[in-house]
Amino acid sequence: MTRRGRVAIALWLAFVAVCIVLVGRTSFTADLSAFLPSAPTEEQQLLVDQLKSGIASRLILVGIEGGTPAQRAQASQALAARLRADPQFLHTANGETVGMERDRQVLFDNRYLLSPTVSPERFSVEGLEVAVAESVDLLASSAGLLVKNLLPRDPTGEFMQILDALGGESRPNMADGVWVSRDGQRALLLIRTRAEGSDTDGQERALQAVRAAFQTGAASGLQLVLTGPGPFSVEARATIKQEVTRLSGLGTLIIVSLLLLVYRSPTALFLGLLPVLSGALAGVAAVSLGFGVIHGVTLGFGTALIGEAVDYSIYLLMQSERANPAGGEPEAGWITTFWPTIRIGVLTSIFGFASLLFSGFPGLAQLGLYAIAGLVTAAAVTRFVLPHLLPATLRIRDVTAFGTRLQGGLRPLSRLRWPLFGLFLAAIVVLDMQRDTMWNQELAALSPVPAADQAVDMAMRADLGAPDVSYMVVVTAADAQAALAASERVGQQLQGLVEAGVIASFESPSSYLPSVATQRQRLASLPETDELRRRFQAAVVDLPVRAERFEPFFADVAAARNHPPLTRANLEGTSLAQGVDALLVKAEGRWTALLPLRALPETSQRIDAAKVRVALAATGLAGVYFIDLKGESDRLYAGYLHEAILLSLAGLAAIVGLLFLATRSPARVLRISLPLAMAVAVVIAGLVLAGQKLTILHLVGMLLIVAVGSNYALFFDRGAAEGSIAPRTLASLLLAVTTTVAGFGILGLSSVPVLNAIGMTVGPGAILALLFSAILARRA
Amino acid sequence: MSRSVRQRSRWWWLAGLALVLGQAVHAAPLAISQLMASLAKQPQGAATFTETKYISILDQPVESSGELLFIAPARLEKRTLKPKPETMVLDGATLILERGRRKHVLQLKDYPEVAGMIESIRAALAGDRKALERVYHLALDGSNERWTLVLTPLDPKVGAVIARIQMDGVRDEVRSVEILQADGDRSVMRIQKAETP
Repeated sequence: MTRRGRVAIALWLAFVAVCIVLVGRTSFTADLSAFLPSAPTEEQQLLVDQLKSGIASRLILVGIEGGTPAQRAQASQALAARLRADPQFLHTANGETVGMERDRQVLFDNRYLLSPTVSPERFSVEGLEVAVAESVDLLASSAGLLVKNLLPRDPTGEFMQILDALGGESRPNMADGVWVSRDGQRALLLIRTRAEGSDTDGQERALQAVRAAFQTGAASGLQLVLTGPGPFSVEARATIKQEVTRLSGLGTLIIVSLLLLVYRSPTALFLGLLPVLSGALAGVAAVSLGFGVIHGVTLGFGTALIGEAVDYSIYLLMQSERANPAGGEPEAGWITTFWPTIRIGVLTSIFGFASLLFSGFPGLAQLGLYAIAGLVTAAAVTRFVLPHLLPATLRIRDVTAFGTRLQGGLRPLSRLRWPLFGLFLAAIVVLDMQRDTMWNQELAALSPVPAADQAVDMAMRADLGAPDVSYMVVVTAADAQAALAASERVGQQLQGLVEAGVIASFESPSSYLPSVATQRQRLASLPETDELRRRFQAAVVDLPVRAERFEPFFADVAAARNHPPLTRANLEGTSLAQGVDALLVKAEGRWTALLPLRALPETSQRIDAAKVRVALAATGLAGVYFIDLKGESDRLYAGYLHEAILLSLAGLAAIVGLLFLATRSPARVLRISLPLAMAVAVVIAGLVLAGQKLTILHLVGMLLIVAVGSNYALFFDRGAAEGSIAPRTLASLLLAVTTTVAGFGILGLSSVPVLNAIGMTVGPGAILALLFSAILARRA
Repeated sequence: MSRSVRQRSRWWWLAGLALVLGQAVHAAPLAISQLMASLAKQPQGAATFTETKYISILDQPVESSGELLFIAPARLEKRTLKPKPETMVLDGATLILERGRRKHVLQLKDYPEVAGMIESIRAALAGDRKALERVYHLALDGSNERWTLVLTPLDPKVGAVIARIQMDGVRDEVRSVEILQADGDRSVMRIQKAETP
């Protein structure tokens, strides 16, 4: 072996070792966050934060099915008790009233700080008269017994005002003391995890804890159903992991068998796979370095890329003049004859994928980086390392005879030239007609969660009357008090929207903990004792009560006037504290208050965003945003899809430019790119006709067709320049396309939408690119 | 589901027992089991009510009126029309109060004082002696034509709120329910059976 060879091999080994270390440290995710923008505006950043770590992302919906209602209720109580003791969970609700005594005590003791109706007007003579009359009416009602004992201390009914303000939401159905679905067949719980929704490992640990807690307490015959962003991303990761393993295993098996069948040499097979393995390692390592984590989809895509990366060694092994036993290095001939063509092929692929690197979607950028790193490594190892490793005695089966037969088969293909143009035209017409509707603009199209699971999730949410948290107002401020004060201003506007019938209701951290300014204002509206006594006396003249009975009220008001404002610490251990903690969060030195809005049931969960924005603008506050999670993320996705289409077109333009530089002939550029354009158009038209909605991953598939197909087109073009394509080259192309189809086509079997999209595009596309290149090839 | 089946079979048993006893002791004072059996015979009933509350803190009694609907075994609806429209639905262990635009869903077990009161009415209408005897000592006086049932709380926690409940009735109809509270306040509900629909 030459010195140069030794250096090349040593460098390669070192490179592989570094890659292995990097790969070993990589963790991978599978949620949709990879398809959310990485450099967004402030409003988009809030949206992304909410999707990744907001209250909605931490929510787990739990259903208990099977058994009897009593067994389900018992299991629900046992599960809730265990989870409440587990610090992994911020909050567990199953309909049981836990700690209600303390809640009521805190609410009652602080009623003059918490009640939204406390104002100077309410404590005027007229205000007191109205409030006391109302309380007397309440005594006549069925709830009379509940409030009777409170009357001497709270004749204005502030306690009931607070309960009304906090408890106005619709509540889930109950049976045997726990929440149940509307049909009563499922006990329901709601859990909020400490781990963020995007922390898939943390979510997985939380899910394991839930399952373990359920197992220890539940009667046999009961099943646990878990849905929500966390369970979905954990499950998606498991599905992708499983499918990637299964499909890549299958693809590899097919490729290995094919190679063995053609080479008839285990040594050749082993050596031929080295560039591929190096490429796969380099791809993962590059993404790991560039992004920190690797997305499951990138991994699935990467294993499919094996089918293309193996092409380089196929070309080297099959096209080299090995039949000549005269000695020398057969690969040297290949390097001078074939390498320039392959080099252009590699470069076109890099140009195509480089466009993805500029995408605002980390997911696409990952795919681009993986593909570039993988293909460059595979090509470089094939060119610079593999020739030194091939033993001089290596013999693989001579496929010249087979190639010659193939050549004979090619001739009649040229008759298909005109029908092919017809087909291309038809495809263009189809695409033009469907131009506006063929893209799926919804982010959910990329979700790997099966429709059945999504339906269960929707049903449980509806039954829980629950925090879908699709719409919310987000308020940001420098400190907690400012955030609370701003929430109060926003809350006044939202109350107007509730009364106008635009939204059903809203939640606000300030209902649980009013700002200090508001609390002071409320206290300031309480008159001092003598004055209060005088006013009260006047107020109840026409009412069936006597003022002397209300000494406890006067005493409570006097005490309240000296009360310091309530803080978060005073609420410790109450459900009020949970409300505050969920809706008022500190992140990166700033405070964010969340006000989830609930749509009216009759509007099919839609809220008129324009009206909400107008109401928010009326506050004149900065840092107040209305977020429509689904609408906004779809809009974002649509924007980035559009961007990706433009980037791909730019990539294609770059490829054409590169081909022109390499060939210096517009006619040759046209001959090389026409079959590729045709293959892409026909495949996409076929998918559209089959009713598929195109996603951003189909776009990646199209780029891959161009990347893979450019090699075939280049070889045919080169063949045409030499008169006719060589038999062995032709055979190598056929093997190359077969391995590509085995690698990518098999992804078409995947149930994960993103992998399926790539498979369905690249599998047929690669075959068509070869076929069309053959049909359009110029013959001498 | 299994609960209502159990309930129904008990009614049959009670009805049969009542038949036997009824023949044997015709002129004798009404037995609790007899009364319960005849109450239990009606799977549902609709009535109007007028309720007067005498509350010490108020100088005058407050009056309300509306409709009652009972569907055996566990649903009791009280629709108040005056002075302010309000609905109270007791279904199983859940109490739903609707007043104006507000709706409160309460669990009976969280409000034992209310639970004792409301459950007594429901159990009496259902002829559910077991449910009554879980919470009260029962004393029956009078004949089938005119009877008085007095319930005295067994649980001191309930006793701290309710001193006793007295129900007056004619045959299988409850005509009035008087609740005397431990603090001396009381409410009287008069019930007029509606025409069977």
